[in-house]
Amino acid sequence: MIIQHYLKDVKKGNVSVKKTVKSILKEAKTLNKKYNCFNVISEDLALSLAEIQEKNPKGRLSGLPISVKDCICVKNVESRAGSEILKDYKPPFNATVIQKLIDEGAIIIGKTSQDEFGFGSFATNTNNIPKNPLDTERATGGSSGGSACFTQLTKNPHVSIAESTGGSIANPASFCGVSGLTPTYGLVSRYGLIDYANSLDKIGIMSKKVEELSPILDIIKGYDKKDSTSLNVKVKQDNKIKKIAIIKETFEIDPTIKDAVLSNLKDYDVVSLPSVKKYAIPTYYIIAMAEASTNLAKYCGLRYGATLPLKGNFNSFFSEVRSKHFSKEAKRRIILGTFTRMAGFREAYYLKAMKVRTLLINEYKKAFKKYDILISPTMPIIAPKFSEIEKLSPLENYQMDILTVGPNLTGLPHLSVPTGAIGKMPVGTMLISNHLQENKLIEFGKQIEKI
Amino acid sequence: MKVDKELIKRVAENSRLNLTEYEINEFLPQLKEVLENFELIQKAPTKDLEPSFQPLEIKNITREDKIEKTLSQEDALKNTKHKQNGYFKGPKAI
Repeated sequence: MIIQHYLKDVKKGNVSVKKTVKSILKEAKTLNKKYNCFNVISEDLALSLAEIQEKNPKGRLSGLPISVKDCICVKNVESRAGSEILKDYKPPFNATVIQKLIDEGAIIIGKTSQDEFGFGSFATNTNNIPKNPLDTERATGGSSGGSACFTQLTKNPHVSIAESTGGSIANPASFCGVSGLTPTYGLVSRYGLIDYANSLDKIGIMSKKVEELSPILDIIKGYDKKDSTSLNVKVKQDNKIKKIAIIKETFEIDPTIKDAVLSNLKDYDVVSLPSVKKYAIPTYYIIAMAEASTNLAKYCGLRYGATLPLKGNFNSFFSEVRSKHFSKEAKRRIILGTFTRMAGFREAYYLKAMKVRTLLINEYKKAFKKYDILISPTMPIIAPKFSEIEKLSPLENYQMDILTVGPNLTGLPHLSVPTGAIGKMPVGTMLISNHLQENKLIEFGKQIEKI
Repeated sequence: MKVDKELIKRVAENSRLNLTEYEINEFLPQLKEVLENFELIQKAPTKDLEPSFQPLEIKNITREDKIEKTLSQEDALKNTKHKQNGYFKGPKAI
């Protein structure tokens, strides 16, 4: 049942919110044993919110169960962004998106598993690794792996709130066969998001069906004075799709994936984005790591999270805590990010990357003068096996994001839609539109989705 | 630019990380490979282009300087083991 039908039933009193919430909590616990999709199942919070909605249904999402990526703060529920260094951290406040959802009657059921701080493409850089719902020997994709996994598996009405920095919504949506919307940068408040990279992070949504995304986006979007990069703009609603194009370079991949995507499309032009292909990966990783290394400076064992007994001077104490509790991938990214910001290197890496970002924005904007939607496969492969991932070097890992970093770097909204499969493994198609044209993506996504 | 053990040690110290010899040996070839890939952007034609520090143009947002409700002292200290008399207790500064 799509969420719109469930919400109507709740309003009419045809369905019990408490029963639905108890059912999804039981389901989440059972599935979690096999698939590791949750870091925390917030049973007490969910039941208390359900009690309120059962007695007095109120709000546009009254009684709707929602799971939340671990990096988004939920008051008094452990929120550790998949990291050991934030173990036991219970935020004393709700992220803006969470407060908005609760105010509209939604029920927060738990925190979904992810790569530590979002550092990964397969949700394997963490101590609770989610498994692909269609083949447990394979990864869910990342970093919002737990969200995609549970969205695919649940039989209850549900959506998940996820987050993308370089592809962390589209990638697992594609590998798990669900819809994943990453909105325009700044459209949804980042207040209460445990940052990865401030100029790249975007909170978005995963659902089974494309049409379920709209009512959630309507609620979570909008200006927030608590987020200094929040957009304060009025969007002209326009659903008309006149022309679409596929991005030539993104189809230079495995022909079975190419065919699975192209066979669903008709009446398209072909557009070339050569600079995106050449420069998006290094540009993205330079910016992402530079910003990550500054964000992670705050984890020092003093005010929250994992710590050690106070010993030595502050430099040695902070270094001990950080060295013990950050994973290997976090350390790699801190070192690379710190390097690109250091005196003597900043101009060549960090500042140059910011200029290349302008070059790429201009290339996309030129294409959007002619086309409403640009199309590519979401991922160049189907969900890989864990045994295959182990063999990849860090650079090979980073290169898996080749198709998703472009729109993420340029803040363009994009939607991954399940449109086919190779064997039983899903293949996603990624739709990209100009800034603030999410409606067009949802409109076109509904036309091509296959589930 | 030469990427060697000394450089990694220097950057790690700046980042407040103690790397083991094992980690340094593991990271060295990996970081070399990634930094080589980063070099690719040097060829990008960016003459006359301004840097985009955000993907969309965002204007400075200012607010009135007025007193608002904030976290209570109790809430702010709830997540730490290191506290004394209502304050955070830190390691020695000198």
